[in-house]
Amino acid sequence: MTQMTMIQAITDAMRTELRNDENVLVFGEDVAKNGGVFRATEGLYDEFGEERVFDTPLAESGIGGLALGLALQNYRPIMEIQFFGFVFEAMDSVASQLARLRYRSGGMYHAPVTVRSPFGGGVKTPELHADNLEGLFAQCPGLKVVIPSNPYDAKGLLISAIRDNDPVIFLEHMKLYRSFREEVPEDAYTIEIGKAKIVREGKDISIITYGAMVRTAFKAAEQLSKEGIECELIDLRTISPLDTETITNSIKKTNRAVVVQEAQKQAGIGAQVIAEINDRALLHLDAPVGRVTAPDSVFPFAAAEDVWLPNEKDIIDKVKETITF
Amino acid sequence: MRDLPVNYSGKIEDFFPTLRILNVQGHVVDNQRKPEMTNDQLRELMRRMVYTRIWDQRALSLNRQGRLGFYAPVAGQEASMVASQFAMDKGDWLLPSYRDIPQLVWHGLPLYKAFLYSKGHFEGGQYPKELNAVMPQIIIGAQATQTAGIALGLKKRGKSQIAFCYFGDGATSQGDVYEAMNFAGVYKAPAVFICQNNRFAISVPVEKQTAAETLAQKAVAAGIRGIQVDGMDPLAVYAAAKEAREHAIAGKGPTLIETLTYRYGPHTMAGDDPTRYRTDELTNEWEKQDPLVRFRLYLEQQGIWSREDEEQTSEQAKKDVAKALKQADGVPKQKVTDLLGNMYEKPTQAIKEQIEQYSAREGDQR
Repeated sequence: MTQMTMIQAITDAMRTELRNDENVLVFGEDVAKNGGVFRATEGLYDEFGEERVFDTPLAESGIGGLALGLALQNYRPIMEIQFFGFVFEAMDSVASQLARLRYRSGGMYHAPVTVRSPFGGGVKTPELHADNLEGLFAQCPGLKVVIPSNPYDAKGLLISAIRDNDPVIFLEHMKLYRSFREEVPEDAYTIEIGKAKIVREGKDISIITYGAMVRTAFKAAEQLSKEGIECELIDLRTISPLDTETITNSIKKTNRAVVVQEAQKQAGIGAQVIAEINDRALLHLDAPVGRVTAPDSVFPFAAAEDVWLPNEKDIIDKVKETITF
Repeated sequence: MRDLPVNYSGKIEDFFPTLRILNVQGHVVDNQRKPEMTNDQLRELMRRMVYTRIWDQRALSLNRQGRLGFYAPVAGQEASMVASQFAMDKGDWLLPSYRDIPQLVWHGLPLYKAFLYSKGHFEGGQYPKELNAVMPQIIIGAQATQTAGIALGLKKRGKSQIAFCYFGDGATSQGDVYEAMNFAGVYKAPAVFICQNNRFAISVPVEKQTAAETLAQKAVAAGIRGIQVDGMDPLAVYAAAKEAREHAIAGKGPTLIETLTYRYGPHTMAGDDPTRYRTDELTNEWEKQDPLVRFRLYLEQQGIWSREDEEQTSEQAKKDVAKALKQADGVPKQKVTDLLGNMYEKPTQAIKEQIEQYSAREGDQR
């Protein structure tokens, strides 16, 4: 075990898989000599060389096409989109091409591609760096969307993503990169994609969330506990496909739920979670499922992040509202 | 700095003269660049072009009868399509656009699979293991960036194979086509990009795509080689493709080939009416350039092609089309469970649930 930040765990996962499988390739803008703009690929170029870890021209769509082509030569590409706000440039190559390859070839071809990309608010980035766009990809059949909230999960999920024989979008919240350390095993281990984790057990209400909001919700739950409200906190970890079993089992126990996301109300995965709860556990609900989200504006100018991003207080208020419904 | 062309006027297009080997009378006008081909190869190329013309005619009428679905006519482009594919090795990769079905078939796709693609059946995308090709691309330009990836993969694997990519004149306006040529150039990847300039992207003439005088010169932006050829001349197309292939195999990087060609039919059979945007005069003019006419004249002058050969080929094509259509019609209908089953290697929980739901429904229908 070593103490690692989330970004170190991510680097470690890639290093592990580059060693483990000679078909794994890492490429993107500035990922080679520079080690990535966040140092996520630090040291990989030195250890594995230009053949395995290489820079690309500055063109996201081309990077996506490159990944598909390399996948068809039996490589296992890990492509990086420098910031997820730039993914619109690669929307076709990811959502229309990588996602559909297995289906449109009737299973003859497949794309074992991992798309790594940082996102998320709270670090005052310039425009279109922090946007929460996971909802767009959760809507694309053929993709899986993974969003870790801590170093341990990040390593295990990224190794699973790289080993998955279908395309996985792996989104890394920038605020979580270096905000805390955690014990992470040095060896390879995997965490199943599509499985949520109960971070905190509770009997009164289920809080279902992912990404940076897991930490925020955890703090809220600790506060609420002091007031006698015991929250069960579920970290989705994978937002597509959803772990509907863990969600519904929790609600059958608590009979109440709040879904929390950093994305705007009209975006993210919150609405889908609520629809699944309504389909599967409506008669177990004592109150409508509450929602904590960002407002439906464009992602805020940096100086407005604090008033815009959902916070602990928003969660506490919504939990109390749902409890006293 | 390379030598400037004779009479260099300061214009970039002067670097991209049209390569032509056969004129419309079937006479060789450029002996120096005439490709070395055996009589058998010449006859086989002609056979494929005639076959493709007949199959195109049959496909049009089958589409009108509702026995085929999506179809993009190819008549006029036989030299551009078939002669360039003729330069490919069996192991080369082919990344076609939606119009480039003939190349796929001559590269090894069974005709009935091409018909299944037209009808919209997943088995039309299940390619034989030994066929190195990607399914026809509907998103104009996407196949180009994928070609750069395949070509880089082939290079990394140390294989003596290359990737051939096809797109039309309109596609050169897409970002992906530029990105692809640029990526392939940076990685010196073994790719050949073939731009079939048939002068129209649906109704929009090439003059409205770009102010560039040639499309071949777009290679300059990627720092790769570009060549413009008479796309109605099978020998010129073959020579250019062969040379580009050898250049790529030698590790010297990609080439963009622009073929000047024309489609006699509509853009697709989905209700396009070409009389709205182009004149009979223009079509008649291009019909005089017909690749079959000039190649036939050439081969007849060599005494290696006869009316009998032509008729035999035509009969064979008709027979094969009928047989392939029958085979396509005999393929079982698609079920929702088939489609769900092809989504992931291991079905997700949601997919599993839906397979259960739909298989119950499919059980009812039996």
